[in-house]
Amino acid sequence: MQKIMVCIKRVVDYNVRVRVKPDGSGVMLDGVKMSVNPFDEIALEEALRIKERVGNVEIVAVSIGVADTQQQLRTALAMGADRAILVQTDAAIEPLTAAQAFLSLAKKENPDLIFLGKQAIDDDANQTGQMLAALWERPQATYASKLEITGSKATVTREVDAGLETIEIDLPAVVTADLRLNEPRYVKLPDIMKAKKKPLDVVSLDSLGIAAAALLKTVKTEPPAQRQKGIVVKDVAELVDLLKKKGLL
Amino acid sequence: MVKVLIIGEHDGKALNQATLKCVTSAKGLPEAEITIVLLGADTTAVASQAAAVLGVHKVLRVDRPENAHPLAAIFAPQIAALAADFTHVFGPSTSFGKDLTPRVAALLGVPQISDLMAVESAYRFRRPIYAGNAIITVEADPARKLVATVRVASFEAAPATGGAAPIEQRTVTAALPTHTRYIGAKSGSTDRPDLQTASKVVSGGRALGSAENFKLLFNLADKIGAAVGASRAAVDAGYAANEMQVGQTGKIISPEIYIAIGISGAIQHLTGIKDARTIVAINKDAEAPIFEVADYGLVGDLFQIVPELQRLV
Repeated sequence: MQKIMVCIKRVVDYNVRVRVKPDGSGVMLDGVKMSVNPFDEIALEEALRIKERVGNVEIVAVSIGVADTQQQLRTALAMGADRAILVQTDAAIEPLTAAQAFLSLAKKENPDLIFLGKQAIDDDANQTGQMLAALWERPQATYASKLEITGSKATVTREVDAGLETIEIDLPAVVTADLRLNEPRYVKLPDIMKAKKKPLDVVSLDSLGIAAAALLKTVKTEPPAQRQKGIVVKDVAELVDLLKKKGLL
Repeated sequence: MVKVLIIGEHDGKALNQATLKCVTSAKGLPEAEITIVLLGADTTAVASQAAAVLGVHKVLRVDRPENAHPLAAIFAPQIAALAADFTHVFGPSTSFGKDLTPRVAALLGVPQISDLMAVESAYRFRRPIYAGNAIITVEADPARKLVATVRVASFEAAPATGGAAPIEQRTVTAALPTHTRYIGAKSGSTDRPDLQTASKVVSGGRALGSAENFKLLFNLADKIGAAVGASRAAVDAGYAANEMQVGQTGKIISPEIYIAIGISGAIQHLTGIKDARTIVAINKDAEAPIFEVADYGLVGDLFQIVPELQRLV
């Protein structure tokens, strides 16, 4: 185990209540707080813990997006990544394009592991890790809740609908982090200062020979249909009576 | 002509309900010809179930020992090879489909539409973003194969009987990797209905206070034949198993009745339940956001209410 690449995404902060623009052209993002996608923080934390266990592992945080994404990569460096690479573009990035860009970085960096969050909380697509694994022609272990590395293999416990599934994969491989893989550390002020001196390379998407194809066109953005607020009942007997009348019990 | 390949989900014995919901979503495409593909070690039983689903044109079986467990790295090249004859490839938005379908899309070199919740035309769909705080309408290029996962909570299951589709055994000449191996599974499964497809769900939050107290919900659920769910807070606190989590990052469900007990109703939780036909909320805090979406609300102490509810139902 020599190198781990962690892919992170700049997203609207978890605590922001996102609102749709009145003209339906998208969601309101002006002045909204941006953060590292929470699942990607878990992915990075797992890489840092492997480094702490094994020692002598280089952790490279990478991202694709606008120039300001350097802020999120600085956060990753403050958490403990050794260096960072931003694939800079102003274009809207679909998961397939992100996967192509990360593949290009993976071919240069040759990491033993690539970590990502299982999904980004903005587009909720849940695709990039799987697509990257396919293009890289390597194993994928999605929705990881536990990871053990033995030599050139990893045993991964995955959160699936029926419970937990365990698979064994050969490295190099792609692992996507689920909620309960770990709890990410808090960044301390001295680490933020130190992170400013760590290397952060910026490359353009064009320089990787990748075109930001808009393969899917978003033609409209709407607020979701709201449920009607119901009634408050006075006691259990009234509730049971109503539910029985509606044939729900 | 629209030809849809649906990746069937099953456990070797039974076809998953999610597949029937994919069939309904595909029926929304104009003049769609629907094929279900089943990968497994032996799909004999599952294939006859799939063939009986109303509206299915054909069932393809790919039986081989390597397909005994649903590993995306092994399934994806086979699905991608079979996709050549189709315009659309749909998988369910379950942990199986979400793992596998993007890998298929990448092998085909096409984008994926995740969690499609409504069909507007063969190449125009609606899907949620930002935990369902916004709904986007997405258009894809008809020149390209369209790959999507279907948000199962948004569609009714197609009738499981009435169809008589022909079943074909296929051999796929795709190189299968050996770098991914199945070790085992641990399921918290019980005799209770499956949470993802249950018509009744009783769900608990942090206010339950302990794993021990969750037994109150299990008892109630067993009396009315319901599945049991939990909020993320309850799962994080260790009161309930991971697979019970309902919400943005857990299961998205659409039961006939959802009884939320001691759940405040964070937006990420509401995302998972807003397609429930009827929502009942029991909470001691009258200001809890869950009451904004509940059809019936009851304010009070759940430790008094739940035992009484169990007596009266």
